[in-house]
Amino acid sequence: MRARGWPPHTQPSGLALYFVALLILLYLPIALLFLFSLHDNTVLSFPLRGLTLDWYRRVLEVDGLLRAARNSLVVGLGSAFAATILGTMVAIVVARYQFRGKTMLIALTVMPLIVPFVVLAVALLLLFAALGIDRSLWTIGLAHTVVSLPYVLLIVSTRLSGFDVSMEEAAMDLGADYPTTLRRIVVPILAPAVVAAFLTAFTVSFDEFALALFLAGPDPTFPVYLFGQLRFANRLPIMIALAMLLLIGTMSLAVAADRLRRAD
Amino acid sequence: MDRRRTFWALVLPPGLWLVVFLLVPLTLMAAFSSRGDMRGGILRAWTPTAEQYQVLLETGSYVRLLVVSAGMALLVAVIATLLAYPIAYFLAFRAGRRAPTYLLLLLIPFWTSYLLRVMAWKLILGSGGALNSLMLGLGLIAEPLRFFFYNRGAVVLTLIYVWIPFAALPMYAALLRVDSSILEAAFDLGAPPVRRFLRIVLPLSLPGVVAAFFMVFIPTVGEYVTPLLIGGSSGSMYGNIIQDFFTKAANWPLGSALAMVMLVATLLAVALAAILVDVRRLVDI
Repeated sequence: MRARGWPPHTQPSGLALYFVALLILLYLPIALLFLFSLHDNTVLSFPLRGLTLDWYRRVLEVDGLLRAARNSLVVGLGSAFAATILGTMVAIVVARYQFRGKTMLIALTVMPLIVPFVVLAVALLLLFAALGIDRSLWTIGLAHTVVSLPYVLLIVSTRLSGFDVSMEEAAMDLGADYPTTLRRIVVPILAPAVVAAFLTAFTVSFDEFALALFLAGPDPTFPVYLFGQLRFANRLPIMIALAMLLLIGTMSLAVAADRLRRAD
Repeated sequence: MDRRRTFWALVLPPGLWLVVFLLVPLTLMAAFSSRGDMRGGILRAWTPTAEQYQVLLETGSYVRLLVVSAGMALLVAVIATLLAYPIAYFLAFRAGRRAPTYLLLLLIPFWTSYLLRVMAWKLILGSGGALNSLMLGLGLIAEPLRFFFYNRGAVVLTLIYVWIPFAALPMYAALLRVDSSILEAAFDLGAPPVRRFLRIVLPLSLPGVVAAFFMVFIPTVGEYVTPLLIGGSSGSMYGNIIQDFFTKAANWPLGSALAMVMLVATLLAVALAAILVDVRRLVDI
């Protein structure tokens, strides 16, 4: 990155204060949820009644809760895997080939960013109904693969545009055929971006609700399950306790993805 | 020759995937909107009719709700973009080497359940919530305040709050590309800070501003989850009636027509955005 921070400034800036205020607003609900998950009461009212780890223990007891979390994990990993492979293919083709319809291919791949989720959800609902496919984790996973593709394309393309084609040419000059060159040169160079894309795709899927609500069968993912449970106020602290545990997991993933994206 | 074969091996899987799970469903939805009723199987042949679109236009409340939703999205997008610009500016020009860390800090909250973060605001601001119980406990108020109503205002506020960090991203990308030598030149020529900002930084970052606006505007028009959570019956948006026709009301042809209208409107908005801003200046493809 170029040197920033110009022109020089000395006084503590209002911008920094503004940034800190926004961060506080962003983290306030999360801090509150954390407090709630430790509160010895089913409503959050001050003064607090006492602290307990009971809600965390009861995560294991509520029917379907852990199963829903597991479902989200499976759908997230599966759709991220598919989206990463498909999106990386598009990125390589777009960066390394000249062909008619290239703009079309890019437009098609980023289109899920433009189509409102409610529209995509009902369209897929129609497709699965027409094909006689019952709604299940598969239908959610297929939809998540479609909406994760644009992110994979953008992340992998950035990496591809940053490295020299001459390395590939050298491999070909030395007698490697093109598939071998892709496998031995291009894929290893892309590896950090591919992993970052995978983690991004996973986080896109893991908390996705708008599509999943339409496409979920009787065995829901965590957000859909949670939505169904919001009616029961006395279970809310248990839901929040699990969400806090999941946050720790996804946060580590996010930090890892960020490290990899900047691993140059 | 093998380069050519590799081309097809690379293009066909994602291409087919997108055709089957994106283009075909949308086409099917367009076809379904021309159906008169729900009778018979999904793939039963039918005579195309514009009936549903007629119903849609004649029922003034649908069109009105689309206009209201677009208005809400406009409000959310303008305010979120304005509030996010200083954040992007701070990250690009003031944060220095720590910018990537700050950026990550800004995005981490998004890895918490969206449903629960919205619920948290209800817990804070709701009538039986933390703020009210705290103020009641301290004797500041005698009755719980009820300003966090189930209404459109609550939906708009929540969405602005949710979108600010995202809106900062494209503007940050645009600001990073502002060549600092131009700023130095302006400085050397004696341009005061405000002038440097208005004449150099702002115009050069405009593509990012427009991108941020549309990044917020498009998903917000199609929003149905946030109204479901905190909007109540008076806060619902256009997306909610589409949802209703595919779930409770089970009138898929009319639901498809409503969805088609939203899709076309969104694509037109994106076409407008593409005219206003060259996206290729923001991403490397």
